[in-house]
Parts: sequence; structure tokens; C-alpha cells
Amino acid sequence: MEAISAFMDEFGELLALGCWESFLMTALSCMFAYVIGLPLGTWFHMTKDNGLAPNKAVNTVLGWVINIGRSIPFIILLVAIIPFTRLVVGTSLGVQGAIVPLTISAAPFVARMVEQSLAEVDEGLIEAAHSFGANNFQIVTKVMLKESLPSLIRGAAITFVTLFGYAAMAGTVGAGGLGSIAIRSGYQRWNTAIMIVSVVLCVIFVQVFQTIGDVIARKVDKRAR
Amino acid sequence: MIEIKDICKVYPTRLGDFTALDQVNLTIEDGDIFGIIGESGAGKSTLVRCINMLETPTSGQILIDGKDVTKYKGQQLREFRGSVGMIFQHFSLFQQSTVLKNVMFPLEIRGEKDNTRALELLKRVGIADKAGSYPSELSGGQQQRVAIARALVNQPQIMLCDEATSALDSRTTIQILDLLKSINKEMGVTMIMITHSLDVAKRVCNRIAVIDHGQIAEVGPTMEVFDNPQSKATKLLISHYNGTIVDEEVL
Repeated sequence: MEAISAFMDEFGELLALGCWESFLMTALSCMFAYVIGLPLGTWFHMTKDNGLAPNKAVNTVLGWVINIGRSIPFIILLVAIIPFTRLVVGTSLGVQGAIVPLTISAAPFVARMVEQSLAEVDEGLIEAAHSFGANNFQIVTKVMLKESLPSLIRGAAITFVTLFGYAAMAGTVGAGGLGSIAIRSGYQRWNTAIMIVSVVLCVIFVQVFQTIGDVIARKVDKRAR
Repeated sequence: MIEIKDICKVYPTRLGDFTALDQVNLTIEDGDIFGIIGESGAGKSTLVRCINMLETPTSGQILIDGKDVTKYKGQQLREFRGSVGMIFQHFSLFQQSTVLKNVMFPLEIRGEKDNTRALELLKRVGIADKAGSYPSELSGGQQQRVAIARALVNQPQIMLCDEATSALDSRTTIQILDLLKSINKEMGVTMIMITHSLDVAKRVCNRIAVIDHGQIAEVGPTMEVFDNPQSKATKLLISHYNGTIVDEEVL
């Protein structure tokens, strides 16, 4: 018991701050990634051959952008865009500095997830909406996004967990959070205890947020089960 | 009155052009329950979708009360579509919306919020108590009733029914057909029904057209067509209906 309380005295505050920073980096970059990825994925889906507004040229370009974005390894993107990151948030360090590369790497991933979710919407519903005189904007917002909401939420949970992992990686180059604690205070200083504790916290984090995502998705799903 | 004049619909495919509709001419009077019958792939669905311009005809005209709707574009086209009701084989209800929200959809997209008429229609189709339910909680017959209320909420003069009873059992089919018939009488809505079922056509349609390979094979009052079929396509449909296997060559 004494060992535990001594450990908490020494590292408790650091770990609490790490949890908060990890959450902040993940949540903010997830949000910004959706601000970019949701319209991007929707636009990509709409411009497909059988979409609401078919446009082969736009669709091809968007497909390229999304695929290139998804294929750059995060750790390379992180370093490569440091000048851009500095331009946007003024620093490449800390939580702020991590949010920019996290957002940019997740946005194409989000776009692809959104596109997958929208593609699951029954064509018959889109035809029905057309038959009542709905315009494309109404079909996207009132039919496609609404009907695919459970799937979008499941996608968001996956994105959140993936970003959490990326945020830990960003810890190696000066971002904060649990990843940074595990690597710098644990791994690099031969402190096995702090390393294990921060990894366990990461596991709990992922479990909790995945479960929250699943519960919400189930709650909003009104389809037959 | 709906006048379909020389409508052609050609789909380009990899193997060359496919003619789904070939010089179709039909006149449908106000208040008709007009049946369009034919085998699968005969062009029924395409034809009915040309009437509300879900499909754009390759050539020809569709005059509704004298106005050629094939000329409509953009906002005018959407407004026209909204003035024609439509129900579908698999109901096509929005699964994530309540029954009332589904019925309100055609009004909501016009910015109308008053749900008085939607509630009245739910009562009229016999499911007022289900307003707050989701479609997945309803039977097939109840779902089609919701779809009927949704199609009527904009007070259409014309209602298109695309195999509206094909996914229902026979008892429910009769209930839905009787409902459609009484709505036709009460509200004077012209109904155009696609069906491959001669039973459906016989029960509700006053006039029918038989369509075969994209062409109209025969048009007339329902009983006349059944009692005295003129075309090969009609004779074939009736022989299948009677359960007799007839060699096409004999006809």
C-alpha cells in the first residue's frame, strides 16, 4: 500500500494531467477531423456515378486526395508539416501542436468512413425523397445523414480510438498526454512501473470510449434488430 | 388528365442501347384507377417513373392537364414531383424517423410545420395510435398505410403506386387495395398502379394497359381486356394467371 501511495504522490499529478491532455488532443482533433471529413466524404459520395450529383472529375480528384491522405504514415506527416503546424497554432509542441497533424491525418480517414456509412443508405429511400420533391441538400441532411446516424456514430468511435493511438505516437515528438508519459518518463528512463501504469490507462481509455460509442449507436438505431 | 405521348426511354449499356420504353402512348382520365400490367422487365416501373420525372424520357411528351412536365427543371421540377404522391413495393419509409415524421416529410421539405393534416391522414388510414412508433415496429400492412398517408399529405391529384401490394400477404393486400379504392372515391385522386398481379388489377382498376417489351400491347376497360384479350401478351398473362401453360406459338 505504501508503495502505491508513494507512486501516486510522485506520479499522480503527472498521470492525471496526461489523461486530460490525451483526452483533449483526441477529442479536439476528432472534432476538427469531422469538420473537414464529414463534408469531404459526403461530397465524395455525392459525386459518384450513381450519386446525387455525379461528377467524374471531382470524384476522381477527391478519391486521390483521400487516398493520398490516408497513405502517408502518421509519424512522417507529423514531422513533415511542422512548418504548417507552427503557422496555424504557433507551435509544434504540446497539445496544440499535436492537434494539427492529428486532424490532417484523420480527416481523409473520416471522409472514407462517412462515405461508407452513406453508401449503406437504402436507394429506395433516396428515390422516395426525390419523389416528394426534396432537393439534394435536403436528401443529404434529412435522409442520408439521418438514416446512417448509427453507422456514423460507430465510425466516430473507431476514429476516436484510432486518433487516441496516433496521439500517443505524437508524444514521441513533444506532444503531451499518456503516450508521452509512457515513452519519456517510462520507457526512456527505465521506469517500468510508470510505463505499465500509463499503458493500462490507455487501455481503459479505449475501452471506455468504445463502449460509450457502442451504447450511443445502439440507442439511436431505430431499425429492426 | 394525363396524356403520355410517344414516350421513349433508351438506356445506353455496354452492349449497346437498351430500349425500355418504345413509343408509348396512353391517356389517363381524372379519377381513374389505371392499372399498368406486364411481366417483370416489361417497362412498367420505368413508365410510371417517367410520369413524375424520376426518370427523364429520352423523347416524347407527358402532358398533365395540358402542361408538358418533361420540360420542367430545377425548382419547378421538384415542386411538380411534390404534387404527385407515390408509394413503393417495399414502403420506403425512413427507418430513423417516427411514423408522424415520415408523413410530415413531404411538408417539411417545403418548410411547413403544421401536422394537423398528417395526423388526420393517419387517422384516415387507420393507424392514428402509431404516430410515435418507428417503422420497424409496424407490420407490412401498417407500414404501407403510413406510406399512403405520406403520399397524400401534400393533397396530390395523382398518386403512383409501384407494386404497392407485392410485398404483402393476400389478406393485407385486399385491405390496402380497398383503402386505396376508397381514397380514390373520397378524394378524387387519380391512381396509376403498376402490378404484375391480375387479381390486383381486377379488384381496383377501371382501366388497364398491358405493357410488353416496352410497348403498349393493349389498353381498355379492365373487364373488357380480361374477357376479350386481343394481344398475345395479354393472352399469355391471362393463361399464366389461370395456371395453364400455353405454348407461345399457339397464340
